[in-house]
Amino acid sequence: MEKLMHISATPHVRSQMSTGRIMQIVLLSLVPASVFGVVHFGMQALYHMLVCMGTCVVTEFLYEAFADRPVRIWDCSSLVTGLLLALSLPVSAPLWVGALGSVFAILVIKMLFGGIGQNIVNPALGARCFLMLSFAGIMTNFSADGISGPTPLALLRAGEAVDPLDMLLGNTAGTIGETCVVALVFGAMLLLLFGIIDLRIPASYLISFSLFSVFFAGRGFDAVYLVSQLCGGGLMLGAWFMATDFVTSPITPRGKILYGVLLGILTGVFRIWGGSGEGVSYAILLGNLSVPLLEKITVPRAFGCRRGKR
Amino acid sequence: MAYSTFQGGVHPFKGKRMSKDKFILEYLPKGEVVYPLSQHIGAPARPVVKIGDRVLVGQKIAEASGYVSAPVHASVSGTVKAMELRLTAAGQPAPCIVVENDEWYEEVEYPPTEPVESLTREEILELIREAGVVGMGGAGFPTHVKLAVKNPSRIRYVIVNCSECEPYLTSDYRRMVENPDWLILGLKVLLQLFDKAVGILAVEDHKRDAITALQMASGNEPRMEVHVLQTKYPQGCERMLVYACTGREINSSMLPADVGCVVNNVDTICAIYQAVYLRRPLTRRIVTVTGDAIADPCNFDVCIGTSYKELVMAAGGFRREPKKMISGGPMMGQSLASLGVPVVKTSSALVCLSKDEVASANPSPCIHCGYCVTACPERLIPSKLADYAERFQEEPFRKLYGMECMECGSCSFVCPAKRQLTQSIRAFRRELLARGKK
Repeated sequence: MEKLMHISATPHVRSQMSTGRIMQIVLLSLVPASVFGVVHFGMQALYHMLVCMGTCVVTEFLYEAFADRPVRIWDCSSLVTGLLLALSLPVSAPLWVGALGSVFAILVIKMLFGGIGQNIVNPALGARCFLMLSFAGIMTNFSADGISGPTPLALLRAGEAVDPLDMLLGNTAGTIGETCVVALVFGAMLLLLFGIIDLRIPASYLISFSLFSVFFAGRGFDAVYLVSQLCGGGLMLGAWFMATDFVTSPITPRGKILYGVLLGILTGVFRIWGGSGEGVSYAILLGNLSVPLLEKITVPRAFGCRRGKR
Repeated sequence: MAYSTFQGGVHPFKGKRMSKDKFILEYLPKGEVVYPLSQHIGAPARPVVKIGDRVLVGQKIAEASGYVSAPVHASVSGTVKAMELRLTAAGQPAPCIVVENDEWYEEVEYPPTEPVESLTREEILELIREAGVVGMGGAGFPTHVKLAVKNPSRIRYVIVNCSECEPYLTSDYRRMVENPDWLILGLKVLLQLFDKAVGILAVEDHKRDAITALQMASGNEPRMEVHVLQTKYPQGCERMLVYACTGREINSSMLPADVGCVVNNVDTICAIYQAVYLRRPLTRRIVTVTGDAIADPCNFDVCIGTSYKELVMAAGGFRREPKKMISGGPMMGQSLASLGVPVVKTSSALVCLSKDEVASANPSPCIHCGYCVTACPERLIPSKLADYAERFQEEPFRKLYGMECMECGSCSFVCPAKRQLTQSIRAFRRELLARGKK
């Protein structure tokens, strides 16, 4: 009897893209913003990133080891969570805050809901909100050596002038990764170039937010105000890197657009009428929760089928 | 430049370069030649020869046993050695006629030909039926049934599927480059059947030589045009092709004829040409033997019934140890456990790969990336359908149009988590279809 070959169901070839590779590309696209953070805020920023990423990976490994689940730390997804969390911390925060947030992100938000692909909200954002609620003072203290004082959005809210050019270049107060819009958008271009994300979510998010500000912020079409709003408060970090998180965004094409519009409106509401002038984190968290509903109402019409007929 | 296409689709590794520029070589088999009785969709053919009979090239050895069925003809001369179960590419033993080849290739006397223009519709269909022509792209639907549409005057487009969207395959491409006139004549027969229709030769844009050859050959034909399509998989699937050429959509319960189209594959058209112009039955076809495990990838013009093993030898044997052997293209073909199976009317290629990508891909949890949704040409949500299929939830599966899946494999191909999406959906869909028939 000759040796028999393996058989398989079609298709017999697979693309090169894997979960690990996607996560690596996301990490790569966050490098510009991270490098800027270190240059701008000093070595403390780097320590924050290392602590968060390390804690995330160790937490995931420990959980998987103790819960007797397959170890999936090599897919780099916890590294992404850790880096995103570090980028949304103020540099003045003590390192244990990042570590605590990482444990919360991985253990409570990701692993307890079933691990990768099963979490309902974005782990990094969930952890950030947890830290905001628990340590409001630490999380809103944006004093760093050289620059101190309120964030551009706080200034705007107080009716003071801000310089949009400084905001584009990141020469302002804020969290480690949110200030430099140029670096963030450059990273986002990498994501688009590699085909990891498409424009649906970020574009609809930013456009709907702009329209909302124009109509409801009471400033009319004030270009400086609008640019400052778009560049400030982590909107760029959120729109390009957090709202586009695969696990917690819709997969249907129209669902993505609706999701972006919803985020834009929520962010506008929180920023204009909310308490703090920031709103991206909470908007995306609420958006995450609405994903199952959005997917349900945006099932595409199958090729050649009339709506309703199946 | 934007050529017409459909929404979705994927770009698998082409691999066509290996055999693209190899001229078609005629290959004559040695030893025994095996003819499965079921090389088509429908009732298996009924043998009309006995063990010990001498048969000639072109002689009918099995007769169609119903309307949706097709006869089988000998492709070599020799003696009928056995009628028994043999392994086929589908993976199961099937009834076959085995002929011991005497290598003389004595042919039967073909009937005299008449001018094609004077043939009636019924005569043409009868010629095609008698020649055993079936859809040679892979499905194997008897062509005379496909062409016998209820209302021929409502057919507006006769589309020749020249897109050959599967990676690695070049058999249709070689045919278009080397014998474009056969295609034109075959298409002429179809246009005679459907007098209101125009003939469309639909080619993907990367097959430049084929486009030129077809344009030259069809230059004087007022009712034919070459339609250039975007290169993308599954451009050659019937539904996608009809949409790209005409903008008309069909779903799983419709036929192309419902929107005034008839679609045929390149080799099928050539078989029609041979059946009607030359009165020769379908006994040969082009098979691409390729893949990185093959020493010298080739396009062979082979006798139906030849063993794949001989073709590999003719292509110089293996260069590397093969890990996966596929009859047909890698996206929709059948993987083979052993090479000892015959070429049938629907075998377009033998692809031997030195890496088993399916076995080396380890499925991990879905990360909800939506790549499958973007890739699905049917605009389905494969990740959810696969979830429902794995849990046998019929109602949500049907509600998300699961029955519309045509199993093209695009979702499994793109999935970064390496889930077996197509496999799960197909298994459940086929089960539901079978249940519905009872």
